[in-house]
Amino acid sequence: MNYRIVLYIIGHIMRIEGLFMVVPLIIAVFNREETILSYIIPIILLLGIGTLLTVKKPENRRLYAKEGLVIVGLTWIILSLFGALPFIFSSEIKSFTDAVFEMVSAFTTSGASVLGNVEILTPSQLFWRSFAQWIGGMGILVFVLAILPQTETQSMYIMRAEVPGPVVGKLVSKIRLTARILYGIYVALTIVVVILLLIGGMPLFDSVLHAFGTAATGGFSIKNSGIAYYDSVYIEGVIAAFMIIFSINFNLYYLLLLGKVRDFFKSEELKWFTAILISAVTLVTINIYHIYGNIGDALRYSSFQVASMVSTTGYSTVNYHMWPEFSKVVLMILMVVGACAGSTCGGIKISRLMILGKSAAREIRKIVYPRSVMAVKIENKKVEDEVINGTIIFFIVYIFLIAVSVFLISLDVFDFETNFSAVIASINNIGPGYAIVGPAENYSNLSNLSKWVLMFDMFFGRLEIYPILILLSPRTWIKKL
Amino acid sequence: MLVLIVGIGKVGDILTEYISKEGHNIVIIDIDPKILETTINKYDVLGILGSGTSHNILVEAGARKADLLIAVTTSDEMNILCCLMAKCLGTKNIIARVRDPVYSQQRSFMSDELGLNMTINPEYEAAYEMSRILRFPSAIKTDIFAKGRVELAEIKLGEDNPLNGHMLSELSAILKARILICAVQRGNEVIIPSGNFKIESGDYLYITASHQELSNFFKSVGIYRERVRTVMIIGGSNIAYYLAELLDGLGMNVKLVEKEEQRCLELSDLLPNTKIIYGDGADRALLLEEGIENVDACVLLTSIDEENIILSMYAKKLGVRKVITKIDRTSFTDLLGSLDLESIISPKTVTSNNILRYIRAMNDTMGGSVQTLYKLVDGKIEALEFLVKNDKLITGIPLRDLKLKSNLLVACLIRGNKIIYPRGGDTIEPGDGLIIVTNHIIKDIDDILL
Repeated sequence: MNYRIVLYIIGHIMRIEGLFMVVPLIIAVFNREETILSYIIPIILLLGIGTLLTVKKPENRRLYAKEGLVIVGLTWIILSLFGALPFIFSSEIKSFTDAVFEMVSAFTTSGASVLGNVEILTPSQLFWRSFAQWIGGMGILVFVLAILPQTETQSMYIMRAEVPGPVVGKLVSKIRLTARILYGIYVALTIVVVILLLIGGMPLFDSVLHAFGTAATGGFSIKNSGIAYYDSVYIEGVIAAFMIIFSINFNLYYLLLLGKVRDFFKSEELKWFTAILISAVTLVTINIYHIYGNIGDALRYSSFQVASMVSTTGYSTVNYHMWPEFSKVVLMILMVVGACAGSTCGGIKISRLMILGKSAAREIRKIVYPRSVMAVKIENKKVEDEVINGTIIFFIVYIFLIAVSVFLISLDVFDFETNFSAVIASINNIGPGYAIVGPAENYSNLSNLSKWVLMFDMFFGRLEIYPILILLSPRTWIKKL
Repeated sequence: MLVLIVGIGKVGDILTEYISKEGHNIVIIDIDPKILETTINKYDVLGILGSGTSHNILVEAGARKADLLIAVTTSDEMNILCCLMAKCLGTKNIIARVRDPVYSQQRSFMSDELGLNMTINPEYEAAYEMSRILRFPSAIKTDIFAKGRVELAEIKLGEDNPLNGHMLSELSAILKARILICAVQRGNEVIIPSGNFKIESGDYLYITASHQELSNFFKSVGIYRERVRTVMIIGGSNIAYYLAELLDGLGMNVKLVEKEEQRCLELSDLLPNTKIIYGDGADRALLLEEGIENVDACVLLTSIDEENIILSMYAKKLGVRKVITKIDRTSFTDLLGSLDLESIISPKTVTSNNILRYIRAMNDTMGGSVQTLYKLVDGKIEALEFLVKNDKLITGIPLRDLKLKSNLLVACLIRGNKIIYPRGGDTIEPGDGLIIVTNHIIKDIDDILL
C-alpha cells in the first residue's frame, strides 16, 4: 500500500476541516461566547498536522482501489475525532465517547443525539453540529475533488467509495467538474430551503441549521421538540418536500439542468420511489386515523414521518413510538429501504433492492424453466453480473453487520425493540429509533460499548460498508500479497 | 476540447492516456463493460457503453458538439460509418482507422468526398517508419522535421564510442559535424542537457541535424553503417506487405519468410519482386539456409512479441547489422534496451503519435501551428516543430531575453533552407520553423514562455 499518498490526502482533508471550523469560530466571536478557545486549539491542530502531512508531495502518486477505500475510511474517522474536540474543550459534552458519538452522528448524517437538552448548547456549537452534517451529506472527499486543481486521474476510486449506490458514474468526463456539479446542485437546493423556511417565519439561524439538516437528510434539530416546536404546517411541508427532493439521485437533477425533463421522469428508480412513498403514506394515514380523528392531521403527521424515514433524515413532529405497531413496522421498513442511490440518504437504496428483486425473480424463473436466459434490466439497461453479485454480497454483509451489532448491544439491559431499532436507525443513518432511543428520548442511556458499536454502524451505513470493513481488516495493513 | 474515442483496444487505450494527459475532455465508447471499467479507473474520462454506430449512443456521448471523434474499433466499416454519422450530427473533425488495403488506396476519395479529416492505417504507418529506419541504418530511429530538411536521430553510445566521458560543450571541437544533442536518456531518466553535461557509455542520445551533417557525425564517431541492400522479413503480416513494397521502391532486395502456405501464395501475387519463402521463421536451420547471416538487415514481424524478441537477439548474435523488432504490447519495452535491441516499433505508438500530432495541430492559434510532433522515450519528452506566425511575444527578441520554461530547448530554427542552431543572440522571426524539445506539454507556441 502507498502510505505516503494516503497520508498526503488525509493531510489535505485535515486542513480543509480546520478551515471549516473557522465558521463556528466566527459565530462564537460574534456572539461573544466563552468557547472561542475550544475552536482555536483544534483549528491549530488540524492546520498544523495537515500542513506537516502535505509539505512534501509524494513522488509515487499511484492510487488504487485499496488506497481509495482506506483514504475514505480513515478520513471519516479522523474527521469525527477532531470534529469532536470543540465539544470536549468547551466541556459542553463532558464524556469523550459522547462527544465523538455526536460528531460521528453528525458527519454520517444520522442525527442521533446523546443530548437530552440541545437548547443549552451555545449557537456556535449547534452550528458546528449541523454544518458537519451538511458537509457529510455530499461527502468531504467529493468536496476535495471539487476544489483541488487537476486531481490525479485515479481519484475515481475515492469518489466511488464515498458516493452511495451500486454503480457510481460520472456526469461529465472530468471528475473535478462532476464533483463541482454535484456540489453546485447541493448548495443551490440548500439555499432554496433556507429562503423557503425564512418565508415561513423561521429565524435566520434556525432556518440555516434546519436547511443543513434537511439537505444532508441528517436530522439534527436545534430544538428539543424538533420541527414540532414551530407547529407550522407550512414549515413541515417545506421540510418534508425537501427531504424527498434530497432523496432523489442528484444525477437526475443534472438531467433536468440539461433540459432532459422526459429522461428525468423516465427514471425507474424514481418511479419505484414515488410508488413506495404514496403507498407508505396511505397505509400509515389509514392506520393512525383513529388517533387524530380527522384525515387532515393524520395525513400531515404521516406524510412528514414517512418522508423523514424514507429519506433517513430522522426529523419528527410527533412521538411516532406511540403509533400502532403496524405503522411502526411500515416506518421501520422505510428506514431499511432508504431512498435513491446518488442522493444524500442512507439505507440499502431502492436501486439495490430493484437489482435484488429482479435477480431473485430471474433465479426463480430459472428453477421453472431451467434453460431460460434472461438479463436483469434496470432503466432499460442490462445490469452486469458483477454488479448483481456485488449487490447480493452487500446485502448479506449488511444483514450480518446488523446481527453482530444487535448481539453486542444486547449486553445492555434494554428490550429487543430498543436494541434492534437503535442498530437499524444507526446503520441506515436515521437517528431516532423506537422505545428508549425513540423520538422523544435519546442515546445517552446506552453504555459506552453500545455507543461505539453504533458509531461504527453509522460509518458502515454512510460509507456503504466496504471502506470501514477494509480498514478493520488486518490484511490491509499486513505486507502480503 | 471534447474528444470522443470509439473502440478501446490497444490504440484506443494509448490515445486515451495521451489525450487525457493533455487535459482534453474525453468520452470513450465501447461495447465491452469490463474494458470501459478498467479504462475509467485508469484515466479521468467518461465511459459510455454501447456501439459507436448507434445514433442514440453518439448523441449521448455528445457528438453534436464534439470537436473530434476518433474511431478505432476493430472493424474498418464500423469506423467509417461511425465517423460519417458523427459528422452528420455535427462533430467538427473525424478520424477513422482504416486497415484494409482496399480502403487505403482510396484515401483521397475518403477525405475529399466523405469528409474524413484523417484516415490512419497503423500497419502502413509502422511499415513506413521501418522503411525510414532502414534507409538510415546508423541511428536507432530517425524522425524528420520540415519535410526532411532536419532529422532527429536516436543513437546509443557503445562502450568504445569516442564521445564517452566528454562534456557537450567540447563536442564541437571533436566532431567534424554540426549537430545538436537535444535530449539524453540515461536509465529511466530523461535529461535535456546543458553545455556542461557529460555523456557516458550506455546513454541514448537524441540528435538533430541535417541529413548530410548527420552522416558526417556518424562517420566521425565510427558508427556509420553501410546502406542496407538486402533485407529479410520474418512474418507475412500486412505490415510485411507494406514494408516489402516500400523497400522494393527503394531498390532493396527483400526476402520474406511466412509460415502459412495460403498467405505465401497471396503475397507472391501481390509482391512480384520479393522472394517469398514458405517456412517457419522460428526454425534456425531454415533461417541459416536462407542466408540470414549475410543480409544487411532483418525485420521481425511475426504476430508473437516474444518470438520477435528472441529472433532479433538471434539475428543480432549472427552479426546482422540492423535489426528491427515489432512489438504490440509495450508495457515492458524499457527492458528491451538492456537486451541490446534498439529499433523497436509498435504500430499503436506510431498511430497514436500521428493522431496526437493532428490534435495539436487543431489548436492552430495566432502564435503558430504545430507542424510535427514526436513523442520520445515512451512519451516522456516531445519534439515539436512549429510554424511561427507573427507572434509579438516571441518574434524579434534575442533568445537570451526570452524567459523560457526550464527543461525546454529550442533545438533548431529553420529559415528558408538554412538550419540555425540558435545561440543567445539569435531571434525567432515570423515564417521560421522552430523545433523544440521539452518535457512540458506545449499546445501553443506561447507555452514555451514561463
